[in-house]
Amino acid sequence: MSEHNWLLRVRNLTKIYGEPNERTLALTGPEWNSNICPDTDSIVACAGVSFDLYPGEVLGIVGESGSGKSTIVKLLYFDMEKTAGSAWLRPYNDGRANMLEASGQQKRYIRNHLMGTVYQNPRDGLNFRFSSGGNIAEKLIMAGSLHVGSIRERASFLLEKTEVPVRRMDDTPAAFSGGMQQRVQIAKAIANNPPLLFLDEVTTGLDVSVQAKVLDLIRELQQELGIAMIVVSHDLSVIRMLTDRTLVMKHGRVVESGLTDQILQDPQHAYTQLLVSSLL
Amino acid sequence: MIENTKYKRSYNFAFIDESTKKEVRRKLLKAVAIPGYQVPYSSPEMPISRGWGTGGLHVTLAIIGREDVFKIIDQGSDASVNACNLREFVQAMTGCKTTYDTTEATLIQTRHRITEEELREDQILVFQVPQPEPLRSVERYEYRTRQMHGEADYAKMWVSLYESYVRHGGIMRGADYPVKVNGRYIMAPSPIPRWDVPNLNQAKTLYLFGAGREKRLYAVPPHTKVEPLEFEDVKFEIEKFDSLCYKTGYRRAFLDELYLDDGSRQYVINDSNFLDKIEQGGEITPFINPYIQQIEL
Repeated sequence: MSEHNWLLRVRNLTKIYGEPNERTLALTGPEWNSNICPDTDSIVACAGVSFDLYPGEVLGIVGESGSGKSTIVKLLYFDMEKTAGSAWLRPYNDGRANMLEASGQQKRYIRNHLMGTVYQNPRDGLNFRFSSGGNIAEKLIMAGSLHVGSIRERASFLLEKTEVPVRRMDDTPAAFSGGMQQRVQIAKAIANNPPLLFLDEVTTGLDVSVQAKVLDLIRELQQELGIAMIVVSHDLSVIRMLTDRTLVMKHGRVVESGLTDQILQDPQHAYTQLLVSSLL
Repeated sequence: MIENTKYKRSYNFAFIDESTKKEVRRKLLKAVAIPGYQVPYSSPEMPISRGWGTGGLHVTLAIIGREDVFKIIDQGSDASVNACNLREFVQAMTGCKTTYDTTEATLIQTRHRITEEELREDQILVFQVPQPEPLRSVERYEYRTRQMHGEADYAKMWVSLYESYVRHGGIMRGADYPVKVNGRYIMAPSPIPRWDVPNLNQAKTLYLFGAGREKRLYAVPPHTKVEPLEFEDVKFEIEKFDSLCYKTGYRRAFLDELYLDDGSRQYVINDSNFLDKIEQGGEITPFINPYIQQIEL
C-alpha cells in the first residue's frame, strides 16, 4: 500500500463544545489529565486527529469513555458538525474536496452511497416503526431503487448474509433480540456496497456468545467484500480480533498509533500500558 | 369635496382588507412559480375558526372579482352545511353571482373533491387543505420536513409506501395520496379520493391550495406534471366500484356508497351537480384520464 492510494484522509479533526479561546487546546489533553478548558469551561471532545485509511484496511480506535473515539466517527458520518479539520474520501470528487464542507445534499449522497455505520444502540441506526426489510429498503431507495421486487430481493440477500432469518424480514426490529437487531443494522449499513464502514461499539451490551458471532460476521464480511472499516471500541479483545492498525485516544487526543499487534505487545504511552495491563 | 367611500360599507369588498389580500396574492404568485412548494402566509382572522375552510376562503376572497361566478362544493355536494354557509358568506361579502353549475362557474372552492366535469383554462379551483405537509405522517418535526423538501430527501415517504405494501399487499391510502409535482416537490393533494388524483396532471385549470390552520399556500399551475407516487412494480390505482349509480346507471364517476334499511348497499354519483345534469339529460363534459378510460361504460 503506497502513500498515495488512501481511501480516507483525515487531518486535524477537532470538535469543541462551548466557546474556546486560543489557549483552550494548549490547556487540555492527556498531559493536563482533562479535556475541559480551565479558562473557558469549553469541552474538547477531540482535537488534532489525523490519520489515513487505506482501501480494505481496518482501523481501530480505542480509549476510555469520553476520550472522543465515537466523536470521530460521528463527525465523519456527518451526525455532528466539526469545529475544525478536513477529511477527504477518495470516491467523493476523487478525494479532492473536503467532504466535511460539502452541502447537505452532497453529505446525504456520501452517507448513502459511500459509507455505512453501525451504532452501539440499534435504535440510533434503525427505525423501529418500519420492518427490518423496510429499514434496508430505506438505504436502497435513497440510492434510487424504486422496484419493490428487487428491493425485497436485495434485502433478503443481505439478511441471509448477516444470518437473520429471511422469513422475519417483515417484522420490526423491536421484535428481535439485541444480536439480531445488530445484524439488521449491519445488513442496512452494507446495503449499497459502501467502500467504508463505521462500527461504533457494536458488541457492547451483547452477551459473550452473541458478541463472538457478530464479530465473526464482521470479519467475514470484511474479508469477502473488502470494505475498509473504522472500529471504535473500549474493548481491546475486539480491537485485537478485527483491526490492522489502532489509534489510542485519551482526553480527546491520539496518544499512540501503530500496528495493533505492536501496540498490544509493546505499548509505549503510559495510558496504553495501563490499558493493556488491565486486559484480563 | 372629497367623498368618503371607505366607511359607506361595513366591510371591505370580499371581507379581507386590501393590503392583506395583496399579501395573499403575492404568496400565491410565489406558489405558482414553484409548483408544489408550500408558501407560508399570514392566515388572517376570519369569522369562522381556522381549520374549517379558512385557507380556501382566504384564497377565494383574495382573488375573487366582481365579475366572478362562484361555486362551492363540500365532498362533491353543493348542498352540504359547510358549502352553504361559506357560499352565503362569500355572496354577502362580494355580491358575486353564485351557481351550482360547474361549467358556469369561474371560481370554484372545494373541500375534498375535484369536480367530475373537466375544468377549463378560464376557471380556478381552490382547495381547502387540512394538512398541507405530505411528510407529516413520517416526520413530525417541521424543521426536519422543511429540510427534507429542501434536499428532496423523500426516502422516508417511499419507505412508508413500501411498508404499506408489505403489510397490506397494496398502498393503502384512500385519500390525500402523495403526488410529485413537476418532478420536484412531493405534495399533499388535500384529502381528495385517489379517483381525482390523475385529474391534477396536465390540467387546463389553475389549482390553488389553502391551509388556513397550518398557514400554508401552494399551487399546481395549468399543464404541470403531477405524478402519484408509485413503484416500478407496485402501481397507483384509482378506486374500483363493483356497481354503478342506481339513479342513472352511470359508471365512470366517483360513487358514494349508501346503506339501505335492509342492510343492502347502493351506489350513487358523488358530485351533486354532475348527478343532476345526467338525471336532467343535460350536456356533460367529464374529465378523461387513462385510469377512467379503463372502466367500461
